[in-house]
Amino acid sequence: MLRVERRPQPSRFWTWLTPPLAVAITMIAGGALFAALGENPVAAIRTIFWEPLFGEFAFYYRPQMLMKGAPLILIAVGLSLGFRAGIWNIGAEGQYIIGALTGAGVGLAFYPLDAWYIFPLMVVAGALGGWAWAMIPALLKIRFGTNEILVSLMLVYVAEQLLAQMSLGLLKNPDGFGFPGSRNLQDYAAAHNAEIIAGTGMHWGVVAALGAVIAAHVLLQRHILGFRVRLTGQAPRAARFAGVSPARLVLFCLGTAGALAGMAGMFEVSGPSGQVSIDFNVGYGFTAIIVAFLGRLNPLGILLAGLLMALTYIGGEIAQSDLGLPAAAIQVFQGMLLFFLLAVDLLTNYRLRLRTPEVAP
Amino acid sequence: MNLGHIDPALLLAALLVAATPILLAAIGELVVERAGVLNLGVEGMMITGAICGFAAAVETGSPGLGFLAAAGGGAVLALLFAGLTQFALANQVASGLALTLFGLGLSSLLGQGYVGIKPPPTPHLDLGPLGDLPFFGTVLFSHDIVVYLGLALVVAVWAGLKYTRSGRILRAVGENHDAAHALGYKVVRVRILAILFGGACAGLGGAYVSLVRVPQWTEGMTAGAGWIALALVVFASWRAGRVVLGAWLFGGVSVLQLNLQAAGVAIPVEYLSMSPYLITILVLVIMSANRSRAPGSLGRVFHASG
Repeated sequence: MLRVERRPQPSRFWTWLTPPLAVAITMIAGGALFAALGENPVAAIRTIFWEPLFGEFAFYYRPQMLMKGAPLILIAVGLSLGFRAGIWNIGAEGQYIIGALTGAGVGLAFYPLDAWYIFPLMVVAGALGGWAWAMIPALLKIRFGTNEILVSLMLVYVAEQLLAQMSLGLLKNPDGFGFPGSRNLQDYAAAHNAEIIAGTGMHWGVVAALGAVIAAHVLLQRHILGFRVRLTGQAPRAARFAGVSPARLVLFCLGTAGALAGMAGMFEVSGPSGQVSIDFNVGYGFTAIIVAFLGRLNPLGILLAGLLMALTYIGGEIAQSDLGLPAAAIQVFQGMLLFFLLAVDLLTNYRLRLRTPEVAP
Repeated sequence: MNLGHIDPALLLAALLVAATPILLAAIGELVVERAGVLNLGVEGMMITGAICGFAAAVETGSPGLGFLAAAGGGAVLALLFAGLTQFALANQVASGLALTLFGLGLSSLLGQGYVGIKPPPTPHLDLGPLGDLPFFGTVLFSHDIVVYLGLALVVAVWAGLKYTRSGRILRAVGENHDAAHALGYKVVRVRILAILFGGACAGLGGAYVSLVRVPQWTEGMTAGAGWIALALVVFASWRAGRVVLGAWLFGGVSVLQLNLQAAGVAIPVEYLSMSPYLITILVLVIMSANRSRAPGSLGRVFHASG
């Protein structure tokens, strides 16, 4: 009989080993899933994890990894601050949409002016949009004690409706022959989030994501605010005695996450996606939750986890076109990853022991 | 725009139908939360139930078997959550989110071959002369059996929690798991059973969406109903009777906005479609002033070693 025993301290060894272990288990379980769908499991796993990096067309897929990884990392870094402090913002998808709307809105308002300051203004507008959307659950939480999980999530659905309305109404391309969707920002140089070095996938969103990782790392390791975030997560009562204001922490964590998600949306709409359209959002805000946990809520871990998750997105697309694997299979795969991660996390905080028969003294 | 075409009797009848999925999911989640477990995976279990029920009903031609399969599918998914939170002692918020993400993916994978098919119709219960009553016949006595099952379940949960021994044990486990453990109650076993019950209820609610309310299968068709059900439990202050009121309120809002869309009110459709979510936020704000009724051990990990 196995016995579970609490560790006095979380194991450092397992803290770093559980994510790779979870990935390995997910590959096995995912292989079984692909086999059940009638695919060769080894070929499918190879297509997802090997082809984009070292396959024949890797020169095309490698830049894609940066493009898909950047929004995931940017959002996940913001979410991880709140998750550490026990503040659960799960509405990043909504903040991402609003950031894209405000960012693109500012850009389109200047059309067709050509000026250097348009793009920076769009970045600020995107961040502000996401921040403002995240302030709704934050203010409701500190003023009325409303559950931020449910409010932030409800606002995702509201944001999706708003996106539909904007792409059919206010932001619709006046020269678009009545089709829904805004002007394509890729054709508007002053507002285009173009690649900094052509062919590398390196756009301003990637720069922002790397900046966010470094800033969050410094914040958590060196700054009093980061210390307070960590303290509140580990010992809320102690944090209050130490003078940490819970309200200010809520504002900071939700606000930062919202601003980063909004920026991610803005970089996406002005770059890879190009236009505001009804199906603009593809669930990065939700996948970023997996990324944050897979990266152990640690900025550097999130960087690696974001790239890995981007790999599964791209590999999934290749498997879709080459092997005819359904798109939903990769979604299941990503969901499984979070499951296994949470399950093997038991080893970090607890020790498994074989039960020895107890003898009465 | 023509509001005169909205028939109040049909509106109220539609309200009962619209309220049923969230009512079922919410009453299940209420039991889970009274046992001290916060399962945020309701949306995932609902959508899984929706496709399991739809597929089973289409394959067998029997909506009854469909609903059974839906309850089973929801419970199986809930079992994953139970394993994570009760044995692997994982964080309940994260596990619930994982369940929802996984359920959304799984359902669209399972639903590949079922897009655009019509399910076998769920028959309306023939209540004889009651159904011919003016107004009340249409509003109350013209529904399928699941509508009544949902209401009966609420009464059963209310009575079960209040008057039966097992109901009291469940509440004890939810209020203070350490004390319940010290008294010799099997905390983990009680919680697993509650989680399974919650999963089955959510599955039923999901199948009601895909088999009766819509009736069709489309990806992500529950569209946040599971999250609204979670909000409903807070709204109800963890009391069974109030869940009905809340479900009717949300059913009413969603039916009313659909009718306003159909009547061609001069508000863009998207703004009307937002209303159920905005009302949910509003209600949460009003109700969250009083959190004192939340079960004491809600969301906390139980480990027998203390």
